[in-house]
Amino acid sequence: MSTTDVSSSGSADVARRTSPRGKTFDPIFEGLCFAAATALLATLGGVLISLFIGGWPALKTFGFGFLTGVTWDPVKDVYGAAGPIVGTLITAAVALLISLPIAGGVAFFLVELCPQSLRRTIGTAVELLAGIPSIVYGMWGLFVFAPFFARTVEAPLITSAAPGSFAEKLFSGIPNGSGILVASIILAIMILPFMAATLRELLMTVPPQVRESAYGLGATTGEVVMKVTLPYVSRGAVGAVMLGLGRALGETMAVTFIIGNSHDFPHGLFDAGSTIASTIANEFNEASGLQASALIALGLVLFLITFIVLTLARLMLRQPARA
Amino acid sequence: MNALAPAPADTSVAAIDKSTVKLDVQNLDFFYGRNQALKGVSIPFAANSVTSLIGPSGCGKSTLLRALNRMYALYPGQKATGKIIFDGEDILKPGVDLAMLRAKIGMVFQKPTPFPMSIHDNVAFGVRLYETLGKADMAGRVEESLRRAALWDEVKDKLHTSGLGLSGGQQQRLCVARCIAVKPEILLLDEPTSALDPISSAKLEETVTQLKADYTIVIVTHNLGQAARLSKFTGFMYLGELVEFGETEGMFTHPLTTRASDYITGRFG
Repeated sequence: MSTTDVSSSGSADVARRTSPRGKTFDPIFEGLCFAAATALLATLGGVLISLFIGGWPALKTFGFGFLTGVTWDPVKDVYGAAGPIVGTLITAAVALLISLPIAGGVAFFLVELCPQSLRRTIGTAVELLAGIPSIVYGMWGLFVFAPFFARTVEAPLITSAAPGSFAEKLFSGIPNGSGILVASIILAIMILPFMAATLRELLMTVPPQVRESAYGLGATTGEVVMKVTLPYVSRGAVGAVMLGLGRALGETMAVTFIIGNSHDFPHGLFDAGSTIASTIANEFNEASGLQASALIALGLVLFLITFIVLTLARLMLRQPARA
Repeated sequence: MNALAPAPADTSVAAIDKSTVKLDVQNLDFFYGRNQALKGVSIPFAANSVTSLIGPSGCGKSTLLRALNRMYALYPGQKATGKIIFDGEDILKPGVDLAMLRAKIGMVFQKPTPFPMSIHDNVAFGVRLYETLGKADMAGRVEESLRRAALWDEVKDKLHTSGLGLSGGQQQRLCVARCIAVKPEILLLDEPTSALDPISSAKLEETVTQLKADYTIVIVTHNLGQAARLSKFTGFMYLGELVEFGETEGMFTHPLTTRASDYITGRFG
């Protein structure tokens, strides 16, 4: 497009490019980007395929019973994964149940109520919480939180539960602090910052005029939150919850520390249990043959569960409610 | 501004019959943090008539409007001093129930703000906060409000579809309907037609004309023609001050201040 008269400058046509600079670079750049994206896909496919191949012996031996069997016995080489699968689902669900209201509270406070000066402090605290490595949570859970919880919550609840009641079933187990519930609480703390941050972002997408309109009709803060803001972000909020769930499902180290690592089907909230990730972490070192195959099959199950959860999240986040 | 023109008066605020004043702003200062956005504004708003607030962007019109229902109180750092007397009570005093106040002083914004719910529920939303109506009574109230907002005929067959599906002009009239459904005493309209096409604007103006018999209406507008068509009184604001206030007809034909004259004749603004 340039109309500069190069011939008059004396350096003749040497200085003038015959094509734009990007012409050689662009195809290389595009190729690199494509390669990066393809490598990612290939890795994903490769992991999936190798998990399937590795897990196939176990899946073939136990069939559907691999998912439903409750006996996980490396000595007899019998592997039924119902215990770890249910443990994974329960800990993740309970963690979500605990952390969702708190995350919601944090997010609403930060967006609706918090004075400007406090906003940054709390926001930073939330981010710091997200930055703590999971093994630190595990140690803290095992050495500090579990004994405290056993002493102050588990023991009194177990002794006070009426024999034969539902509470007795729910609270059955040894009050040593390692178990499903403690693992869930630690998980809840771990996914809290993540969900709070996502919810906060969502709430900030609500146009201020919509909130003001609701206030303008005489609604109180609670009414605005419950009837206008929440419905406005509901779809996105489900997505945020699913992303938190995805994290909780796969968390390994902290859970391995405190869940008690029993392969039996958990019978109560204080019972020791296991999750898929903790089972793999505990046994992989010494596993061979069918046991190794069973562990890989477990990995495949976890992969699929997480994949389903994240896909649902993606679908729900795709169309956020908007004005 | 215009050095050659004789400067008749710097500011001119006409007095109006005290008995007709519904809302009386007295010596109002407004601050966004340290920024003073309103300086000693005193303006009366007469019952059952429309008052326009005009002036160039940033002059404080919307700020004044947001002070009238204390919407600014949602945001820390914004504060108003002075008095706003509403039915004999100063609404700037601490301890005023803001939700109750805002239920009596409705507001429609520049952009339509339907809630993510059905048309019926949008209108019923505010009503449900303060009244417990049976299904039939509520349907009646919704219909009445939509009729008064000149929207009924366009939506009567789809009351249970989302309010977000309406056109911009319809959404804005839905917001007016939602506002009058709670039977407020005062309506604050913040540039209600600035985001609308001419036909929707005309319909909304028609709505305002019908409503003025029953409400005290304050409308902020950049459209001088709209101010002239709709309002009985007009206030001209500039740089946070109320420069001139009086009957619309008088102000538009014989403005008493240079600044109002310059603005109305299009010399600036």
